[in-house]
Amino acid sequence: MHNFITYYLGTGFWTSLLSSILPLIWIFPYALVAMWIELKVSAHMQDRLGPMRTGGWHGWAQPLADVAKLMQKEDIIPVAADKALYVLAPVLVFIGSYAAYAAIPFSPAYIGANINLGIFYIIAVSAIVVLGILMAGWASNNKWSLLGAMRTAAQLVSYEIPSSLAVLAVIMVAGSMNLNDICAAQSGWFWNWFAFGRFPFLFITFVIYFIASLAETNRAPFDIPEAESELVAGYHTEYSGMRFAFFYLAEYANMFTVSAVATLLFFGGWNSPFGAFMSGPVWGLFWLLSKAMVLIFVQIWLRWTLPRFRVDQLMYLSWKVLTPFALANIFIVGLWTVLK
Amino acid sequence: MPELRTEEMVLNMGPQHPSTHGVLRIELVVDGEVVVEAIPHIGYLHRCFEKHAEAMNYQQVVPYCDRMDYLASMSNDFSYVLGVEKLLKIQVPERVEYIRVIMAELQRIASHLVAVGTYGLDIGAFTPFLYCFRDREMILDLFEMTCGARLLYNYMWPGGLSHDITPAFIEKTKAFIKHFRPAVKELNDLLSYNEIFVKRTANVGILPADVAVNYGASGPTLRGSGVKWDLRKDDPYSVYHKFDWDVVVGTGEMGTLGDCWDRYMVKVWEMEQSLRIIEQAIDNIPEGDVHAAIPKRVRPPVGEVYVRSETPRGELGYYIVSDGGQSPFRLKARAPSFSNLSLLPAISRGYLIADMIAIIGSVDIVLGDVDR
Repeated sequence: MHNFITYYLGTGFWTSLLSSILPLIWIFPYALVAMWIELKVSAHMQDRLGPMRTGGWHGWAQPLADVAKLMQKEDIIPVAADKALYVLAPVLVFIGSYAAYAAIPFSPAYIGANINLGIFYIIAVSAIVVLGILMAGWASNNKWSLLGAMRTAAQLVSYEIPSSLAVLAVIMVAGSMNLNDICAAQSGWFWNWFAFGRFPFLFITFVIYFIASLAETNRAPFDIPEAESELVAGYHTEYSGMRFAFFYLAEYANMFTVSAVATLLFFGGWNSPFGAFMSGPVWGLFWLLSKAMVLIFVQIWLRWTLPRFRVDQLMYLSWKVLTPFALANIFIVGLWTVLK
Repeated sequence: MPELRTEEMVLNMGPQHPSTHGVLRIELVVDGEVVVEAIPHIGYLHRCFEKHAEAMNYQQVVPYCDRMDYLASMSNDFSYVLGVEKLLKIQVPERVEYIRVIMAELQRIASHLVAVGTYGLDIGAFTPFLYCFRDREMILDLFEMTCGARLLYNYMWPGGLSHDITPAFIEKTKAFIKHFRPAVKELNDLLSYNEIFVKRTANVGILPADVAVNYGASGPTLRGSGVKWDLRKDDPYSVYHKFDWDVVVGTGEMGTLGDCWDRYMVKVWEMEQSLRIIEQAIDNIPEGDVHAAIPKRVRPPVGEVYVRSETPRGELGYYIVSDGGQSPFRLKARAPSFSNLSLLPAISRGYLIADMIAIIGSVDIVLGDVDR
């Protein structure tokens, strides 16, 4: 795809613009679909139907209606807020989540930026989100927002360590930080995927990564930053309308990023599970998206099942459970890689 | 590096906060996230119940009682009509007593379902809340079948009941019992013994038995601390002495005796005990006319009376003074939620803000009951 665009438009300004807009074209419909799935899945888990009327068939248009509603809402900026930071924060949060898409290889033929440090770039650029959330909490000039922001900063920084350590184990096995290369190393049947091919160590790595990534996306059971029953709505208490929608969108964008990265690192990325059968650039896109959607479903599932951790328990889990396990795991995977 | 200057922050929790269970305002003094002091401010739902009662007929007070603890209207009325009947010295038919007990116990289950479900919500588990409301819905349907109302019933009248029950009611109550026993087990699997839930609630908000007694706590809050005190057993009224059931108390099996988990779990166990009472009562309802003993006009002789009964939230007492007129000269309600809420500052010091939510939820207050 990238080559295709380059072929017609050259390597100038328009190519860059087009390749950066392409993921955006994906994010919006995806977010709407994911919202709808979340509404329906949670509803059926809770013995209710969820939206049934909007748009006719099983309320498929409910997310569209929600977005339309959010766009019409009054944009409130509290008098006491730090206006510049307040306005900038949701944009920054979204940019942080969105920028990661550049390095995700959606299929063997399409990647926004095929950089050698792909995974490193994703981890680095996702960290901007923390900054945005801190800004939102501080600029709102609301005690609940501030508490939420402080919690988020502590949580995201803590959980980046086990998640990075987990990623490191994969990098050692694959010998590359380029996500396309990592994927290519897992080609063939599904038992070649890292999660199964290097059983059990890389599967443990996957579990560590997945738990840590749940915390990074602020989803239950780690939704402490926005814990509704405690902090009202955490760092976005004061936000309304489109600015709130941006936080919402960023959350879903983030959910997809971590799921896609988990897919790329542990479940073969765009590889077909059946060897050469149903593989190729277009099938690659299909496989990556469907695998990521399965992981997103697991995230939704966990969210509507589990209660929420407390701040200190969250820290305990990160520093005293996940991090030592991740370190021991790296050691074993390293030994294995060397001895093999 | 110079020492950073830190100071305590005053945080206003409520009156509009998702987890204060109504319009309660708590003034929190926090050091970071640690609660140094928690001061409840009440009165946002004050409706002058006691003063209103002085201007009403005795019968007209019943709907006002409904609105005190709006999650347990049946139990409020029960206590009040017992008082009026004691003033009038009338004996109600056995059938009325049985139906009242069934209604009060169904109400106890409905009320505990709200308490347990919203408690899960406070801790962050959304799904059990809806399971609880699904089951509560069935009880509300039962109430609707008998008196047409789903929340505020005006069902118990001095001397009798507004309507008799139908055979369909008995059928559906039995069906509910059959449905509800597995539902409690499901709730326990999903929430009560969930690792995260236990971690959040065990060893949090510990209320020692002596403190509980000193503050005048009652109901599940008191029994959670291991004090075996239940008016249905210790000061029996109506026909409770005829049934075989147990008073459940906290065991401290997950943490310390009297922690949030104990207070929560007592409610779950009590629902099972209520089922036992209903089961025994529903099969043995005697024949009779529920309107037989209803007096044409209520004019109690000069005197005063204090009655108390066990509502889902604890000991609800009415002190009624009669001057021989048509309306009470003075009516004072001793609300269980009010006494239980007064515990809050004593048991929340030194915990985190997140624990504060767990503690408020476990004490299970209804603001309509606190403020009246």
